[in-house]
Amino acid sequence: MLLWYNLIDLLLPYDWANYLFMKNALLGVLLVTPIFGLLGTMVINNKMAFFSDSLGHSALTGIAIGVIWGIPNPIWSMLLFSILLTIAILIVKKANTASTDTIIGVFSSTAVALGIVILSRNGGFNKYSVYLIGDLLSISQTDLVTLGLVFIVVFILWIVVFNKLLLVSVSQALARSRGLRVNFYDYLFTILMAVIVTISIQWVGILIISSLLILPAAAARNIAQNMRQYHVCAVSAALISGLAGLILSYYWGTATGATIVLVSALFFLGTFMFKVLGR
Amino acid sequence: MKHHENNIDTQCGKCTCGLCCTKIINFGVTRGWTEILKDINLHIHCGDLTALIGSNGAGKSTLLKAILGEISHSGELVFLAANKEGTGRPLIGYVPQKLEFDISSPTSVLDLFAAARSAIPVWLYRSQKMRQHISEGLAQVQAEHLIDRRLGALSGGELQRVLLALALDPVPHLLLLDEPLSGIDQKGLELFYRTVSTLRENYDLSIILISHDLKLVAEYADRVVFLNNKTIECCGTPQEVFNNKKVIETFGIGWPIELLAGRGAERE
Repeated sequence: MLLWYNLIDLLLPYDWANYLFMKNALLGVLLVTPIFGLLGTMVINNKMAFFSDSLGHSALTGIAIGVIWGIPNPIWSMLLFSILLTIAILIVKKANTASTDTIIGVFSSTAVALGIVILSRNGGFNKYSVYLIGDLLSISQTDLVTLGLVFIVVFILWIVVFNKLLLVSVSQALARSRGLRVNFYDYLFTILMAVIVTISIQWVGILIISSLLILPAAAARNIAQNMRQYHVCAVSAALISGLAGLILSYYWGTATGATIVLVSALFFLGTFMFKVLGR
Repeated sequence: MKHHENNIDTQCGKCTCGLCCTKIINFGVTRGWTEILKDINLHIHCGDLTALIGSNGAGKSTLLKAILGEISHSGELVFLAANKEGTGRPLIGYVPQKLEFDISSPTSVLDLFAAARSAIPVWLYRSQKMRQHISEGLAQVQAEHLIDRRLGALSGGELQRVLLALALDPVPHLLLLDEPLSGIDQKGLELFYRTVSTLRENYDLSIILISHDLKLVAEYADRVVFLNNKTIECCGTPQEVFNNKKVIETFGIGWPIELLAGRGAERE
C-alpha cells in the first residue's frame, strides 16, 4: 500500500490526491470500474438491466436481516440474501409462467418493502441511508484487499467462461444444441453478478449501482461492431468516468458514486449522438 | 400398434445400405396434460434429406426440439455408425427457425463462431488460424463476406446461411433445420435449399428439414414425412406423400405436374 501512496504522490502532485482517503478511493475506482465495465457487457447482452437494479434494491432486506441477527457488518447477510433472491428469480423464470419483467418486479418490490419495514421499525431508517447513496471515500485498506481479490476472480472467470456465456446469451437453444449446460452458465453469471453488486453497494449505493453496471456497456454498444471493441469501449468508458467522477466529486463536494454515474451518462449521450448522426 | 409397426417396416425396411443411420424409436412428447406427439418412428440414412411437413401446430418444431433434447420425451434416439459399432447419441447440428437474439448486440459473425469453436475468449484474442477456419466454413454457404458483420445487421437469408455454417462446424451426424416462416425471399430460400442439397452430398449428412414450401420440398427432398394428428401420418418419396389423401386435404394440393414445373416432366 505504501508503494501505491508514494506512487500517487510522485505521479499526481495535485491537491485532491494529497489525502489518504482519496488515494484509497482512487485505487478503489481503478478496481471497481473495470469489473463493472466487464460485467455490464454481459448484463446488457442478457437483458438483465432491470434484474441488476432489483439486486441492488434487495440489498435493503439483506441489511435488515443482518440487523435482526445483530451482526455489525451486514455484508454476509446481504450476500446470502441476494444469492437466494437470484436463485429464486431464476427458478421462477425458468418455470416460464409469467414474463421475466413481472417476476423481477414482484420479487424486487417485495424485497424492498420487507427491508424498509424491518429497518424502519423503530423509526430509525435514517442511519441506513448511507447504503442508499454509498460512500466511496470511506473505502478502507481491508476493503481494497477484498476488491483486489474480486477483481482477480472476475478477470479469471471472464477468460475461462466468456465464450460460453456469449453463446448462451446469443441463443439458449443454439447453445444447448452445441451441448452447453445452459442452466449452469445462467446460474454462474447471475450469482457472480449478485455477489459483486452486493459487495460494492456500501461504496456505490443502492440507488445508482445498476447505472454503474449498465451505462458504460450501453455507451459501448452504440459504437462497437464486435466483442473486442465492445469490451475495450465499455472498460475504458467505465474507467474514465470513474476517475473523472472521483475528481469532480472532490471539487464539487458531491457524492462520488452519483458523480461517476453522471459522467458515464455523458459517455452514453456522446456515443448515442455519434451513432444517430453517423447513420 | 400393429398397424404402426407394419408401417415402419415398409418405410424403413430398406436399411441395407451399410451406411450410418439415425433411428428415432417410439418418440412421444407430453407437455402438462397435453399429448403433443406419440409413436414417432423414423429411420434416417446418411445422405438423406428428409422433409417434415404438416399443418401449423402439428408438432414439427416440437419433434425437432425433442430430438435435440431441449424438451423431454419418451422413446429413444439411436445413432449407428457406418460399421454398426459406434452407437449412442448422434452429434447434432441445429439451425433454429428463428434466432431470438438482441439485434443491437455487438456480436460479429466471427465472435459467434470463435466462441462456439474455441476456448480462447473472443474479447481477448482472435487467432489468424481460427479466422481462416471460420472463413472456409462460411465459404461453403456463400457467406464468407459476412465474417465481420454484426449478427443484427444480417438479413434473414444471410443469418440462416451463417447459422447453417455454424451447425456444420464441427460436421454433425444429424442436421436439423427449422425453416423460417417469414423474412426470407424466394431467391434466398432456393439458395438455401441448393446449399443444403450440396452439403448433403459432400458430407453424407442426414438432414431433417421442417419446410413450409412444398414446391421446394418436392424438388429437393429424398423423403417426406407428413406429421398429422400427433404422429406420422405417412412417409415416403415426395410423389408418394403428395398423393396421399390426407396430405391433399391438408394442403389443398397434391402431386399435379404444375406444382413441379420442370422437375415433373424430367421424371417422366
